[in-house]
Amino acid sequence: MTLLRVQNLSVSIGGTDILHDVDLSVTAGQITAITGESGSGKSMTALACMGLLPKGARAAGTIDLAGTDILQTSERQLNDIRGNDIGMVFQEPMTALNPVQTIGTQVAETIRIHTDAPRTEAKTRAADMLRKVGLDVSPDRYPHEVSGGQRQRVVIAMAIALRPELLIADEPTTALDVTTQARILDLLKGLVAEFGMGMILITHDLAVVSDIADQIAVMQHGRVVEAGATDTLMRRMQHSYTRSLFAASSHVPAIRQPYASHTQTIPHGAAAPKQGLAVENVTKKYNLSRKTLLGPRPTFAALKNVSLTISSGERVGLVGESGCGKSTLTRAILGLEDVQAGSITLDGAPVVSNRRADLTQRRKMQVVFQDPYGSFNPRHTVARLVSEPFYLLEDKPKNPADRIAQALTDVGLSPSDGDKYIHEFSGGQRQRIAIARALITDPQLVIFDEAVSALDVSVRAQVLDLIADISARRSLSYLFISHDLSVVRAITDRVLVMKGGQIVEDGATEDVYRNPSHPYTQTLLAAAPQLPEFIEV
Amino acid sequence: MIRYTLRRLISLLLSLLAASIIIFAVIEVIPGDPAAFMLGVNAREDTLAALRDQMGLNDPLPIRYLAWVGGLLTGDLGTSWTYKTPVADLVSDRIWVSLPLALYALTLSTLIAFPAGIIAAARRGGPADLGIMGATQLGVAIPNFWFAMILVLIFAINLRWFSAGGFAGWDDPLAALKSLTLPAIALALPQAAILARVMRSSLLDMLGEDFIRTARAKGLSRRQALWRHALRNALIPVLTIIGLQFSFLLAGGIIIEQVFFLPGLGRLIFQAISARDLIVVESVVMLLVFTVIIVNFAVDLAYAAVDPRLRRRA
Repeated sequence: MTLLRVQNLSVSIGGTDILHDVDLSVTAGQITAITGESGSGKSMTALACMGLLPKGARAAGTIDLAGTDILQTSERQLNDIRGNDIGMVFQEPMTALNPVQTIGTQVAETIRIHTDAPRTEAKTRAADMLRKVGLDVSPDRYPHEVSGGQRQRVVIAMAIALRPELLIADEPTTALDVTTQARILDLLKGLVAEFGMGMILITHDLAVVSDIADQIAVMQHGRVVEAGATDTLMRRMQHSYTRSLFAASSHVPAIRQPYASHTQTIPHGAAAPKQGLAVENVTKKYNLSRKTLLGPRPTFAALKNVSLTISSGERVGLVGESGCGKSTLTRAILGLEDVQAGSITLDGAPVVSNRRADLTQRRKMQVVFQDPYGSFNPRHTVARLVSEPFYLLEDKPKNPADRIAQALTDVGLSPSDGDKYIHEFSGGQRQRIAIARALITDPQLVIFDEAVSALDVSVRAQVLDLIADISARRSLSYLFISHDLSVVRAITDRVLVMKGGQIVEDGATEDVYRNPSHPYTQTLLAAAPQLPEFIEV
Repeated sequence: MIRYTLRRLISLLLSLLAASIIIFAVIEVIPGDPAAFMLGVNAREDTLAALRDQMGLNDPLPIRYLAWVGGLLTGDLGTSWTYKTPVADLVSDRIWVSLPLALYALTLSTLIAFPAGIIAAARRGGPADLGIMGATQLGVAIPNFWFAMILVLIFAINLRWFSAGGFAGWDDPLAALKSLTLPAIALALPQAAILARVMRSSLLDMLGEDFIRTARAKGLSRRQALWRHALRNALIPVLTIIGLQFSFLLAGGIIIEQVFFLPGLGRLIFQAISARDLIVVESVVMLLVFTVIIVNFAVDLAYAAVDPRLRRRA
């Protein structure tokens, strides 16, 4: 039974067309996935279905939800429909909840505004709903007192509290760890089956789509370019964009031959190698606030006895979920953070001296961060941004302009881009600029900290190719940190798996992926959604 | 919450200690003889010596500090040089004008600013918003003493609803309130203008947050989402401004006190400085600092009451 039928939906904001003739249908008890890259109109379609288009948006066409045209419904009636007939789950569980109300109150609110249930009854029903979505903490907690995955469960409880006919989930697991993602997707799938709800799942992650969707709609530039039943669509992709999207998701960059000596990795506890990075038995503890007024300060160990080596020319991946200590380790290696025990040396000399980063060591390392939007000063020209690491050098280059031009050319940009400002570039181009900045001083070691996580699949594929290309030309060694297991597999020789401040597995990438020895690695790999084997592009 | 309150209390006591040392140091230790300063350049040597002795200036510094703090704690603030009366009496007369005036003005400014800020935020870009924002521009720009004189012209001289100045005393509370009304309005309006702007921008920030979208997806109307979810979250910056404004109103009303001939703390400290009566200056400044610290403490507690995330942090 068709529950929702969207026909010829067009939306424009301020004269700019955002959606063109979108057609979509959702059947009760089934999941329809909308996929596509950022800016393709996925979220706008969802907001249109909720009747929550931004101010000034003009919509044409029909959105028929069980006989009601959402576009022709008054705001007052829409308030009755939202939360009651349609529930919605959003991407960011961290900010989707009101920080000053308890989670129980927020779930109960959905019940109280749509029914006559008195406060106490609404509270009991909310508590039931929270248990139903698998949350085992007290409803009296505040959002900041529960984890990201638990918050997403609260948002789901809020959306399904009144058993709506339609559930819209907009990137519900994008901000979550891979094991949490697997559990949340299971929960959503179970709820759809149990309540007989229809569900629109919006996601850029094709592996997730292939895992749980019954129907797929692929969007590009505000249009649905291809739609159909998941299995049929994936076996016979008609549209070139669909094919390129799937190709980019499973893209494996052509990296140079595996690093020759990774088989002879130095065993732990052995003397630090003369060349490359050596982290030995490093422990880093943070002080927490006191539990009692004058009691001892409890500590939290972010790194527990961590050891690793990166020989020169070696490409190493570091995988782990949020809070496992990846960032602390990065900061410690860069000398940004002093550690309580252990040593970190590069080419045999410590990266920190007198509790401050040693500049001679520091200039051998560079880093590329995740956020291509926040990690640049918007008031500097690209040339100035890229040449910033020159400040680290004692001998300033005599011909900085040539070096800048070369660095920009190396990452596939043109030397004339140096005169522009950062806002003139797209996310992928910005990440290229970040790489140019990292490479301009010819460092020995580059740390890529979630460097491709914020990028769309096709852009991500290009940036990965660039990294592979550069590492082939320069025999660069790098540490590639990511929560995305497939990316790490494609681009590293050796992989480290981190959990709770410890490295639990360390081995050649292919070996670890084929035969994970630690149970945690096995869980991680099992939880990661995968594209079906038959997809060949 | 109890731990949070205790920690705030400890920091309050430490602030008071630090403030008392600084005020004492500035007035008594910095080069220059307080006694000579008070008597002026033409003072006779023996008068000076007598005053020094009387003020205890010949005692060692720590003893003088302890004596001063001990006096503060027991309510003995010394005797004013110019008025020849205990400073405690001088202050307690004035505080019953200044404190009610500050509270009155603060209440007025909050009563004006909250609705104005909320309406402006709820109707962003509409005529109500434009009108309110225009009015707040004026409120910030107009000097309050000029505004006070306009109020006197209209309501005291032309309409004769209020008296043009003076304070009726608390024997008749209604009359007292009446004589404080014009000054309170004059003080409140510029403050209300600032507060309304803060309220509006803070609310608009909150209305753009994700949890407002969540609230709308639950089926709350725009207005319900504002009242139930945005308002409480928007209060933190507003509380900060209210705290700052109260401290300002308590002693900063000096010009308004002059315009309306009110015997308040502002006037007392102004006269004490002109007359070089350092004993009065020292004590009144300490009293004002004390009030500011107490108000900050109250604002801290209000933060924690509004935002549960702050309760665990210190």
